[in-house]
Amino acid sequence: MGVHVHATVNGDNVEFTCPEDEVLLDVLRNRLGLTGAKEGCGTGDCGACSVILDGRLVCSCLVLGAEMNGKKVETIEGMADGGTLHPLQQNFIDHAALQCGVCTPGFLIAAQALLRENPDPSEEEIRFGLAGNLCRCTGYDKIVRAVQAAAKEMRG
Amino acid sequence: MSERVIHLWGALRPLVGGTAFVKIDAATIAELFAKLIERYPGMESHIRRGVAVSINGEIYRDNWGTPLPVGAEIYLMPRVPGG
Amino acid sequence: MSLDSMNPKLVEKKFKVIGTRVPRPDGVDKVTGRARYGADASMPGQLIGLVLRSPHAHAKILKIDTSKAEQLTGVKAIITSADLPDHTGGDRAMMDILENCMARGKALYDGHAVAAVAAIDASTARKALKLINVTYKILPHVTDVDEALKHGAPILHEYIYTEGLPERPTAYSNWNKHGEFGHGDVVAGFKEADVVIAKSYKTEQTHQGYIEPHSVLASVSSDGAAEMWVCTQGHFVYRNHCAQLLGMDANKLRVTASEIGGGFGGKTHVWAEPLALALSRKANRPVKLTMTRDEVFRCTGPTSSTSIDVKIGAKKDGTITAAWAELRYHGGCFPANWAELGAMTAFACYDLKNVKTVSKDVVVNRPKTAAYRAPSAPMAAFAVENTIDETAKAIGMDPVDFRIMNAAKQGTKSSYGPVYGPIGIGPTLVAAKNHPHMKAPLGKNTGRGMACGFWFNFGGQTCVDLNVTPDGNVTIAQGTIDVGGSRASIAMAVAEEMGITYNQVRSIIADTSSLGHNDMTDGSRGTFSTSMAAIFAARNAIMVLRERAAKTWDIPLAEVEWKDGAAHATGAGHGNRSPLSLKEIAHTAGQTGGPIAGHSELVADNAGVSFATHIADVEVDPETGRSRITRYTVIQDAGKAMHPSYVEGQYQGGAAQGIGWALNEEYVYGKDGRLQNAGFLDYRIPVCSDLPFIDTQILEIPNPNHPYGVRGVGETSIVPPLGAVSIAVTNAIGVRQLHVPMSPPRVLKSIQTKKSE
Repeated sequence: MGVHVHATVNGDNVEFTCPEDEVLLDVLRNRLGLTGAKEGCGTGDCGACSVILDGRLVCSCLVLGAEMNGKKVETIEGMADGGTLHPLQQNFIDHAALQCGVCTPGFLIAAQALLRENPDPSEEEIRFGLAGNLCRCTGYDKIVRAVQAAAKEMRG
Repeated sequence: MSERVIHLWGALRPLVGGTAFVKIDAATIAELFAKLIERYPGMESHIRRGVAVSINGEIYRDNWGTPLPVGAEIYLMPRVPGG
Repeated sequence: MSLDSMNPKLVEKKFKVIGTRVPRPDGVDKVTGRARYGADASMPGQLIGLVLRSPHAHAKILKIDTSKAEQLTGVKAIITSADLPDHTGGDRAMMDILENCMARGKALYDGHAVAAVAAIDASTARKALKLINVTYKILPHVTDVDEALKHGAPILHEYIYTEGLPERPTAYSNWNKHGEFGHGDVVAGFKEADVVIAKSYKTEQTHQGYIEPHSVLASVSSDGAAEMWVCTQGHFVYRNHCAQLLGMDANKLRVTASEIGGGFGGKTHVWAEPLALALSRKANRPVKLTMTRDEVFRCTGPTSSTSIDVKIGAKKDGTITAAWAELRYHGGCFPANWAELGAMTAFACYDLKNVKTVSKDVVVNRPKTAAYRAPSAPMAAFAVENTIDETAKAIGMDPVDFRIMNAAKQGTKSSYGPVYGPIGIGPTLVAAKNHPHMKAPLGKNTGRGMACGFWFNFGGQTCVDLNVTPDGNVTIAQGTIDVGGSRASIAMAVAEEMGITYNQVRSIIADTSSLGHNDMTDGSRGTFSTSMAAIFAARNAIMVLRERAAKTWDIPLAEVEWKDGAAHATGAGHGNRSPLSLKEIAHTAGQTGGPIAGHSELVADNAGVSFATHIADVEVDPETGRSRITRYTVIQDAGKAMHPSYVEGQYQGGAAQGIGWALNEEYVYGKDGRLQNAGFLDYRIPVCSDLPFIDTQILEIPNPNHPYGVRGVGETSIVPPLGAVSIAVTNAIGVRQLHVPMSPPRVLKSIQTKKSE
């Protein structure tokens, strides 16, 4: 039978039919070709699938595709402005805040959500704000520094 | 005296009658392995699975053409994997 | 071509590019989501593969009935071990791999693959798995290392007769290998000692914990050729193993490595890949097989849990007179040599007159173990460093001074046999002693601990192809997987060698059909060996560039020198010739002899041993037993840091994994032999709020066996944390910690036991 969905993803209109039990992560990756969000666990523990749904940071593996209907989705693919990287993206590169990079899209989306809510976070607020995203390579040191630098730059 | 003194780690010693070292006349790692297998056939499965050779403290895992200088300190060690 | 140019020995040089912090070539792709990992590729007509796994820790498989599943619409292929005939030619190690990929008559662990399905979508594949009927006869199981050694323990394999004993045993058992290392006379040494400290330790099983699950996309064509897209630390090894296991020629299987989302030793082994190929061959369509997180924990290759006894004897003046250890590790359900490796590393940091280590490797009903970053060393270091710390306390000596006094140095006979060349443990200890961290005041309920660690590091088979483009730039094709940024370091080495800028060089990872064999990225060999090969390939290309310049100028080759990215005519009479740049020579390459390239196929050896010392401050909550790292410092010798940010990243990442191992991570097995915590919620790795900034100090004692002095660095930093953190907790609560991880319940028990004394 399926569910008919209309939504906006990174500013573009999308329309599709999907099974009732298909999760948003699979919609993005398998139907819309947006493989930036990753499945690290499928149970909402690792944050690699993080996207922003109507302004709210969510694990897309815990959201049904059906719940997208009529809503606005922001993924990593929409973060840069054409060829210009977002300050968070540029600072991640400049501060070597990634090694294997698989957790990076999730961290960038989570950091973006954090800074929208709190443009001048303390180190502790950054660490707790990003505690829902797992990284196994970096020990988080350079990630926190990159977010601090980006936040400063974005405050102007 | 062109025989090299080859030190063996614990697991290899039963294959040579229990001694901690053997004397083999071999100019390269390849020659050493060939002669060891010839003299002690039980060595073959170890060498096939992987044996590293330490020559004066430098560990060679693969280069069987590496020469064995006379008088060098030579140790056979398990071919250690990394992660 | 001069043989000297292929000399790996250290060259004294003032670097222009090496040591700077350049941006990495894959950076933009990774921050925009464009980079493609294992599960990010698809092929037209692909099927989805899923695996059926044993719910029992140990069981005979009496019957597998796939008939109902085969009738389900949308199911295109089902395989069991019957579809994986034995092509191993009697190679027991390859048979273990094959049997681990799919059970052959016996399920050996909870999660052992029993059958696999390929269907038109995941939903159909899941339904098909439920329709496969397996009849098991449950057998008694054993999951603990010491239990497996006991008389009467359930036996996994009837072909294991302990290797390495003076006489081969008459009965089979779970004990597959006995090992011994050491020199001197420990009995006499203990007699000489003023204090003797003997302790027993346990460490629990941990997983590498990479965020990306294993994923493979396999496509076998009816003419026997095949291709595979897979996340792996070694696509050449995967190719060789898969080809052999499936009875294919290696050159017919083309493997392309995706970007890898973490490996740490856990992606050096095949699990799902042969199954995907077998399914694709049977269905005659591509098959995409991605593991779930549950499967990653339950059914891939975690590291070993261990049981270790250590005894150290010392004089009051601080001299260690004897050191002994017995290490018991397991390989999961197939024989391995991890305890033997632990026995080699256990006392490697120390200069000992009398030392003996004994190892016992056993099998248990757990998944086949794989390497995890400096495999076997962290556990041995935990046990030894705590005993060293206890010994220092017993003679009233500062723990750092005690280590400095007994530290291995050039000329020391190592505990595993050979004599050391120039090594860095002394410098890391002295640097630790003088580091501001050591003098910083301690907070409430906080203890400080330091520990050292050692790892071998390797070189291995490496191939690099360098090509000069017609517009005067350089491409590098390397075969060693980039796990942490080595593409940048390789490009830097070429830029340095050729006297051009970093931006003129671009490095990619080539597929298995485009290069000769490359060993896996393990053993901290990635940057070390690939940079060496890249340097030789660059020197090779420079020779060709000089030849082209000589031809263009019509002068002897000996009168052409390559400097600062251009050919210069040297010698009398050539003074007025303008240099020919790389760009200019490239532009006319077609007329001077064709495309310009440089190659290198080599076996890099002597990556140089790497030592590290870590300092940890840990605050322990006396009411909950919860520990918090308040400060952490890593001091390690890198030989030469090609890209300091990436070296720091390795130090910090390894330390974080060690901290997780020390405080929270463990496999919990139930009485039923099943893994209870196969997910990130209950297998608790460190999160951002658990850790402070991790300070790093890079020492540079050049490796004499690399042109730029580079040592392997990736693994050593996971070796000291278990020791440093446990000693810190010990100092915080006044009770020696003997069991890792020091989870809150364990620490609370220590606190309460001490209170009641």
